[in-house]
Amino acid sequence: MGYLVRRLEFFLVTLWAALTLNFILPRLLPGGPEVALRTRFHGRVSPGTIKSLEVALGIHTQQGQLQQYLEYLGNLLHGDLGVSLGFYPERVTQVIMVALPWTLGLVGMATVIAFVLGTLIGIFGAWRRGGLLDSVLPPVFVVISAFPYFWVGLICILLFSITLGWFPQAFGSSSEVTSELSLPYVLDVLWHSILPAFTIVLTSIGGWILTMRNNMITTLAEDYIRMARAKGLSPTRIMFQYAARNAILPNLVGFAMSLGFVISGALLVEIVFNYPGLGTFLLQAVNNEDFSLMQGLFLLITVAVLLAVVAADFLTAWLDPRTRERA
Amino acid sequence: MGLDVRLVAEQPAIATEAARPERGALHIVAGAMRSNRKALVGGVILAAFVVIAVIPGLLAPYDPHAQIFEQTLGPSREHLLGTTGNGQDIFSQLIWGTRESLAIAVVAGLMATVLALLVGVSAAYLGGLSDHLLSLLTDVFLVIPTLPLMIVVAAYARSGGLAVLIAVIVITGWSYGARQLRSQALSLRNRDFLDAARMRGERTVYVIAFEILPTMTSLIVANFLGAALYAVLAAAGLQFIGLGNPSDMSWGTMLFWAQNNGALNAGSPLWAVVPGLCIAMLGAAFALLNYAFDEITNPALRPKPRRAIEPSSRSSKFAT
Repeated sequence: MGYLVRRLEFFLVTLWAALTLNFILPRLLPGGPEVALRTRFHGRVSPGTIKSLEVALGIHTQQGQLQQYLEYLGNLLHGDLGVSLGFYPERVTQVIMVALPWTLGLVGMATVIAFVLGTLIGIFGAWRRGGLLDSVLPPVFVVISAFPYFWVGLICILLFSITLGWFPQAFGSSSEVTSELSLPYVLDVLWHSILPAFTIVLTSIGGWILTMRNNMITTLAEDYIRMARAKGLSPTRIMFQYAARNAILPNLVGFAMSLGFVISGALLVEIVFNYPGLGTFLLQAVNNEDFSLMQGLFLLITVAVLLAVVAADFLTAWLDPRTRERA
Repeated sequence: MGLDVRLVAEQPAIATEAARPERGALHIVAGAMRSNRKALVGGVILAAFVVIAVIPGLLAPYDPHAQIFEQTLGPSREHLLGTTGNGQDIFSQLIWGTRESLAIAVVAGLMATVLALLVGVSAAYLGGLSDHLLSLLTDVFLVIPTLPLMIVVAAYARSGGLAVLIAVIVITGWSYGARQLRSQALSLRNRDFLDAARMRGERTVYVIAFEILPTMTSLIVANFLGAALYAVLAAAGLQFIGLGNPSDMSWGTMLFWAQNNGALNAGSPLWAVVPGLCIAMLGAAFALLNYAFDEITNPALRPKPRRAIEPSSRSSKFAT
């Protein structure tokens, strides 16, 4: 139980840190939302409207800092992220809800594919040390994972869409197909997601291959594996049920911990492909100096990653008795 | 960003190579390059970029900012890589851009490593509540998604220029190393030579700086390589979406201008391809060096000759 308590503490502290960071940053750094707000709406709306906007954004300076902080936390508890400056008068939550399904679909799918495929390749690579998989793939993917995600996306567009014309170059779906839940629409969406998903898989798979391979190599040297071989068990059984089963645990935790990195890269891929997900909105927020949307996205993504980490922790505790005992 | 590589290094076996304080960082790198092909390739690429960054004026034929040529020219003898949509020479931009890109990688990488060292080693050495709090802090920064955080900070402090860019990268990039360094320092904590130093009545600062740190040189170098790789990619990403200073000359800002001018469709694909390739090569140089380091410090991971391999008793000795 102690293990889970410790992880829960971590979850709460991180959540609090992210929320507080989000509150402090605009107040610490120069050129905050007030300036942006005044330049954006100056002369276009009455001073009264600006005042009420400031209230809606929580940046009016009448109250003390502590009171503002408490109000901010209270708003968050109600799921209120304020008004978007760039999409005024829409609320940040509304804007996010439009983009969220796209990112969940694309990044979720690509990440799961990369994890499963990478783990499998890692298992086989470690099993046949010195074989083709083991000697060629790891160095290749070490190099590829040093490539900027978005640049790989640009290259994919250049190759597969501009030169070869196989896949669409941008957007989540064609404008000719109406967005209703019909077969043509679903196929169209899938069609548009192939190239960005391929980019994300290509650039993130290397990490999974390498960690899994290294874990497997360590595990394969254990005595119980030699025992299993001595008993004459089939190689497949040793590989999957004896070695991989234990080696995958650190990979699972690593999966959750590096989700933040993967999502960061995926957001840039979305930008390159003009995909209508969170990344593209993040870019628009930057261009519009839409601080409330930017911060809302930061919070949402952080919380999502945190939930994934906690889920992975619970899964590990359930799968691995040692984590429960150690505490 | 391809940070996944850095997960690789999380191997307990790093400690085996630890206790050799007489080998300096440069020695380790030189030794690695002699014995490992991946390290050699990485080292050569890095050295080439360093040379370019030092003497861009001798290598670049034109002023990188000057918009004096015909737009979107293809590669030719006058313009090795053609010209941009604004009529600048791409090759000259590339050469001059090396300096800032490399500087960000090295400076941010170094600063992140120092911060990681401070937090990681003090956590391990102090132990108890301090360790708990510092580790918690490390984990918090490890898990917060870096890109949105970087974007928020960089967007607010937009006018800050290069210093802000580097600061943002350091803030988001130190935590992974801190975690690794902490676990290695932890394994050193009860060694005899540290007891001896404490017995002699040395101060804590002395023990950490002159007894612990030298034994960790190889891990520190590996950490710097990982942090530099992170800095390369993070800077490229931030500059690409316009959060650098767009009038600076660097590979990331070249990509920003290329993207904003629709270079891929406007007939100057090289404008977008080549700076990205340079970023990729610099990143790959750091990643290869890091990977080679991992193999050198962890013998169990070294490539084996091709044969049907039984996990031999020899490798198990190193793997634990």
